Amino acid sequence: MIPANFDYVQVDTVDEAIQALGEHGDEAKLIAGGHSLLPLMKFRLATPAYLVDINRLDDLKYVRDSGDYLAVGALTRHCDVEKNDLIVSNAGVLAKATHNVGDPQVRHRGTIGGAIAHGDPASDIPSALLALKATVVVNGPEGEREINIENFFTGFLETDLNEDEMLTEIRVPKLPDAKWSFQKFNRRAQDWAIVGASIVCGEGHAGVGLVNMHSVPFRSESVESALLNGANAEEAGELAAEGTEAPSDLNASRDYREHLSRVLVRRGLQEAGR
Amino acid sequence: MEVSVKINGAAQSHDVEPRMLLVQYIREVVGLTGTNIGCDTSSCGACTVHLNGESVKSCTVLAAQVDGMEVETIEGLAGDDGSLHPVQQAFHECHALQCGYCTPGMVMASVSLIEENSSMTEDDVREGLEGNLCRCTGYHNIVKAVLQASEVSQ
Repeated sequence: MIPANFDYVQVDTVDEAIQALGEHGDEAKLIAGGHSLLPLMKFRLATPAYLVDINRLDDLKYVRDSGDYLAVGALTRHCDVEKNDLIVSNAGVLAKATHNVGDPQVRHRGTIGGAIAHGDPASDIPSALLALKATVVVNGPEGEREINIENFFTGFLETDLNEDEMLTEIRVPKLPDAKWSFQKFNRRAQDWAIVGASIVCGEGHAGVGLVNMHSVPFRSESVESALLNGANAEEAGELAAEGTEAPSDLNASRDYREHLSRVLVRRGLQEAGR
Repeated sequence: MEVSVKINGAAQSHDVEPRMLLVQYIREVVGLTGTNIGCDTSSCGACTVHLNGESVKSCTVLAAQVDGMEVETIEGLAGDDGSLHPVQQAFHECHALQCGYCTPGMVMASVSLIEENSSMTEDDVREGLEGNLCRCTGYHNIVKAVLQASEVSQ
């Protein structure tokens, strides 16, 4: 399958990328790893007229210790995130969720920024960032702004990014003592999650992110507040489907997804010592 | 647009459409047909090649994106004298193929896997090859071959 025609431009700086986006508006798309965008283009579900390739922005490939948080460059590939010592020891659930994305070949190409900017509710990585209460930094012609991850997702495959903005950094709070779990239910090894759950429990921190339970990556405030009020795994797990609007599709009905979310959140909380 | 790339050590330069996929470029422009197209949706791994030394699925990379990079395909693994790469040798000895369609992708994925982790358990190999499907379901001997090759590489 071949995508529809488009013009292709490679950029070397964030400013060039923003400028290209500004010139071409909603006809332009950034391409990073391309493992969500290119399949959409091959199926002709996406037909951007301009493809702005940001793969050469080596300045956006990093994981740095910035005191309270880890700064992760948006172009950092999954294979580098999943094995990074800082991430493994301070945000283990992100390393685990990232390891569960696709397969080694996909993780050699896919980037953390791309996985977030795509805004897919079925993606594993946003659930981990919701549970960790991360923020994202976006750059545009007006400069830089920082957005809480849960406010970043605005609808199915839609985000708070303006047409001329790009995601440049993810800020992940350091929680080295927190207990965590990543749960994923799928039928075949490399499949998307039918339902998934990221759990982070620490001193004064309860974070629960759900995969494929809503039109956006979903943060379960019901489970979080129950945990902060002392609920155990079984009690809090029962609340997992509250507030969700899970899709029904070939893999699972909405009822079944709701059931799975309760089971996976309970298991995750048990693994995280609740 | 002009794409210059090294494939199996040989410099290539061609004018391609931006929408040309890397796997098409390798097969139809350069003429190296060892790399197969299977699912065409980055699920099956038949099109796996190495991009700057790492395994990727060439059906989901644009030819334009590899300008200035190095690509290795199944044709580049054997020595100039025809001697097989240790992974190819192990596939041969363990009879790790039936119809052979997935084999180039399996071998390229395995070489990259062993380079990243030379002391793998059987579970590591099975997980590491999750992105490569064998529709003859001949996984048992493939896993055996990869374990044998990883022991040789140590």
